[in-house]
Amino acid sequence: MRDGRKTLGLHLGLLALLFALQFVLPAYHHGNLARIMVLAAYAVGYNILFGYTGLLSLGHALFFAAGMYGMGLLVNQTGAAPLAALMAGVIAGALVAAALGVLALRTEGVAFMIVTLMFAQAGYLTVLYFGAYTRGDEGFVIQQAQRVMAGIDLSDPSNRYFAGLLVFGLAMLINLWLVRTRFGRVLIAIRENEERARMLGYDVFVHKLGAVVLSGTISAMAGASYGLLFGYVGASFASVQYSIFPLLWVLLGGAGTVIGPFLGTLFMFYLIDLSSGLTTAYMLIAGVALVLLTLFAPQGLAGELRNRVWRWLP
Amino acid sequence: MEIGPYLMLASLEGAVTAAVLALTAVGLSLVFGVMRVVNVAHGEFFMLGAVLAWWVTGLIGGHPALGFAMALVLVPVLVAGIAVAADMTILKRIAYDPERTIVATIGILYIIQQVTLMTYGPEARPVTPPFNTRLALPWVEFADGAPRLYWPWGLSTTSYKLGVIAAAGGVLVGVWALMARTRIGLLMRATQLDRDMALAFGIPVERVYALVFGIGAGLAALAAVLIVPIQQAHYLMGGDPLLLSFIVVIIGGLGSLPGTVLAAVLIGLSDGIISVFFSPTLAKILATLLVALVLVFRPQGLFGARPR
Amino acid sequence: MTKSNKTPTRREAMKTLALGAGAASLPLWARYAGAQSSAPIRIGFQVHRTGIGAAYGRWYDRTTTAAAALINEGGGINGRPVEIIAEDDGTDPKRGAEVVEKFATQYNCDIGFGTLFSHVVIGSAPRAGELKLPYFVVSEGHHVASGMLNRYTLQPGITDVKSQVQAMAPFVANTLGKKVTMIFPDFAFGHDHRDYFTAAIEAQGGQVLEHIAIPPTETSFTKYFPKIPRDTEVIYHVMVGPAVLTFVKELGEFFGPQRPEMFGFIDSLEAVDISSPGLEFLEGTYFWEGNPRQAQADQSPYDAFYRERVGVDANGASVDDARDVSTYSHMFGCWETLHVVKAGMEAAGYAGPQDRASLIEAVEAMTDMPHSNAHPQGAKLFNGKTHQVFGHQYITKVTGGKLLLVHTTSIEDTLYPDEADYTTQAF
Repeated sequence: MRDGRKTLGLHLGLLALLFALQFVLPAYHHGNLARIMVLAAYAVGYNILFGYTGLLSLGHALFFAAGMYGMGLLVNQTGAAPLAALMAGVIAGALVAAALGVLALRTEGVAFMIVTLMFAQAGYLTVLYFGAYTRGDEGFVIQQAQRVMAGIDLSDPSNRYFAGLLVFGLAMLINLWLVRTRFGRVLIAIRENEERARMLGYDVFVHKLGAVVLSGTISAMAGASYGLLFGYVGASFASVQYSIFPLLWVLLGGAGTVIGPFLGTLFMFYLIDLSSGLTTAYMLIAGVALVLLTLFAPQGLAGELRNRVWRWLP
Repeated sequence: MEIGPYLMLASLEGAVTAAVLALTAVGLSLVFGVMRVVNVAHGEFFMLGAVLAWWVTGLIGGHPALGFAMALVLVPVLVAGIAVAADMTILKRIAYDPERTIVATIGILYIIQQVTLMTYGPEARPVTPPFNTRLALPWVEFADGAPRLYWPWGLSTTSYKLGVIAAAGGVLVGVWALMARTRIGLLMRATQLDRDMALAFGIPVERVYALVFGIGAGLAALAAVLIVPIQQAHYLMGGDPLLLSFIVVIIGGLGSLPGTVLAAVLIGLSDGIISVFFSPTLAKILATLLVALVLVFRPQGLFGARPR
Repeated sequence: MTKSNKTPTRREAMKTLALGAGAASLPLWARYAGAQSSAPIRIGFQVHRTGIGAAYGRWYDRTTTAAAALINEGGGINGRPVEIIAEDDGTDPKRGAEVVEKFATQYNCDIGFGTLFSHVVIGSAPRAGELKLPYFVVSEGHHVASGMLNRYTLQPGITDVKSQVQAMAPFVANTLGKKVTMIFPDFAFGHDHRDYFTAAIEAQGGQVLEHIAIPPTETSFTKYFPKIPRDTEVIYHVMVGPAVLTFVKELGEFFGPQRPEMFGFIDSLEAVDISSPGLEFLEGTYFWEGNPRQAQADQSPYDAFYRERVGVDANGASVDDARDVSTYSHMFGCWETLHVVKAGMEAAGYAGPQDRASLIEAVEAMTDMPHSNAHPQGAKLFNGKTHQVFGHQYITKVTGGKLLLVHTTSIEDTLYPDEADYTTQAF
């Protein structure tokens, strides 16, 4: 159990560090970190399916967008309270994930990638098709007045930061808890050897479906929070790019680790941000960095940490 | 327009899409089948083909057909060379690990896009077709009980579009011949069936991989050279062909070249024909869902035998 | 370049420097180091360098650079030089919002400026409002005037799509025909065209027979054209993105020799050479242009001046490369907006971020903007309540491969009732 205590210490330590950082960070990085934490929650959600269950989805933007639009349309069209809208977004994501899971889990491997990709693409086009409500690609603004939750103005930098920390912390604790449960261990068993898990008597389909729903729900929570915290809902978040981002973040940070998604998101954000400040050819730098990482840190940042320093990292 | 001529027009348009898609997808299918990796940069090789075609045709004066012929020969070789270099410097070193290959090829995608943006620029640029005549097409109607030909309004295609279909067909036959009738094709098929066995029999698997990666990229580039007189070269044009050929490869059944071609024809035609009956965006949604549902109920693809 | 022969006092030297004399090679901080009051005014320029907006972004960049150089030659703003701090937003709303944050909190910019694509504007504007960064967009979207954004977001240099579209209806109905089929991209920009033009043409006694909305990812178009009703008199087309040239070519191939009248928004061919292969059939068709790319016979001296400073030839292409066609109908907005910023800062006595609110109030107080070097596209009328400018629109006809002016709308044609009053919002 010593490893267990170290694990808990490390992750709670990260949350404590993030909490403390808000008092010392300059305004710019303070804002960035709020954003990164919400996106990292999305990556954590993605990692549950990809890193722990071994299912590579190319359609997670569907869940992110389901949360974002579930929240945004309710606020924009009916003037609902933000907390109720946030809940609605999360539920929308869970439902979409369940529906997609039932269908897509009939497939495996690359076919699963394509099916999720196609459903997400259909979702993106649906957002455009109902332009009368969604304003299509242009999207819409969640006005500042509509972003006051229980008296807390989410457009205020400190409140936003704290909300981002809450969303990320929740996602990460769910993930930590998951890897300690029997359910989570079955998921890892499925990843390692699906046939064996089946022969041991586990209902593989139900477990995978559970993973899709949990992963989709966390992604939707991130999407809904993102819309609410930054005041904008738009179709670009439903596009295929936003399905590839979490895959990239997770692979960079280390698939199948709790801390990896955060590291990957942080790394990718600042890679783009810093190189964009230095040169207009920042995509070149990002591209070269990705190639170098695959060459020299194949397990991702956290994966390398686990291999070299902290063998107990979950 | 009446439904009959409209369907014919939509099918013709679908056939052009299908022809180009088939070439691109066969390239991806080769890589996928033999090397078992997903090449996310495949669309960028397509884009490079179009951009280099613009460059090559610009170098050569005289009749547009001259420059175009040069592009047809030169560009696929150039792009294949770039792909081989990428394979040997990067993919070989990560041992073709499936997940790392995805990240590495995303990196290559960024690099190719940015370099193209910095050298070629952000504009969409046209290439003059070597030949291009508008061909009005007839349709049959029954007047007074007897069939009669007439020329419906708008029912037309161009000689170049027909040329693209023919050229793609020719290249596909060539690829089939290469795979089925030559020694190098035999080596590729052997590697595809069992990599370790191939190694044991002394097949230079690494060289086969580099060659396959090059041929795959070259086919994508060739497809792009064919389409660029119809659609312009643009540095972001690689996204669509990547997604579509990805879909085609899976629907066709992994590693099955005839399946890939048939799937390309199906997808190209259905895209055209569904657009006859629904409003455009709805048609796209339905076509997309159709692809997803085909896979849901037939995960091995339409023509794949071996589940994976 | 100005030359100064007498021995200058320090103050005069600063002034001469501010005129740009011989200092162009030095970085700005070196030129103005020292006096606090001469520190540059920092303008954060959100530019589409990558992504689908890149072709526009390049010309927005050139126009902005030219305008800033001109302003600096004329002594800058309030005696301070202007420094443009450009950063790519990838034509992406998420990155756009991040770039606005970077301007406000990292680069300490005085204002943000220059965004074109509507989704980037709408994604970024909430952050600009929260950070209290005056945000001058050059987008032609109706988002500003619709009241969706906030008090810190203004569009004083380019007209919005609603006013452009409705001003076209009288000309289309009276000159080209009353039965119209519209082809437009199936996203918000296209829907604005659909809604505002349909209403405007009906007000002229015309009608829209069919709306054909093209999905934005489409790359081949012929299959949609049979949906055009046979009795169409006028095709109204507008398309954006890299596939525009394909769209227009295929439209020509579809109709062959029997085409109806055609009226298009130049967005369909922005940054595209009108004499590209396959576009021959456009001869005799009409275009809306925000600013005619072809230097007209009665070209104003202001247009000639602007053209020369930006480096655009008489055909609307770069003076360095005739194949590099500009986005002439949009990029003037950067030039004019920077001049409005200058006028606003001078009226407000702008000295630093503490004066941001008075800068906005000063711009809100503006009304008439006369045709001048600062406003080379034409005279304008600014509406301080809706934060939107109104101006003349141009209709050109392709004649002998050139876009020649046939009609100029009045500013009154472009006006519509206010939909918002930003001045009631607190700062």
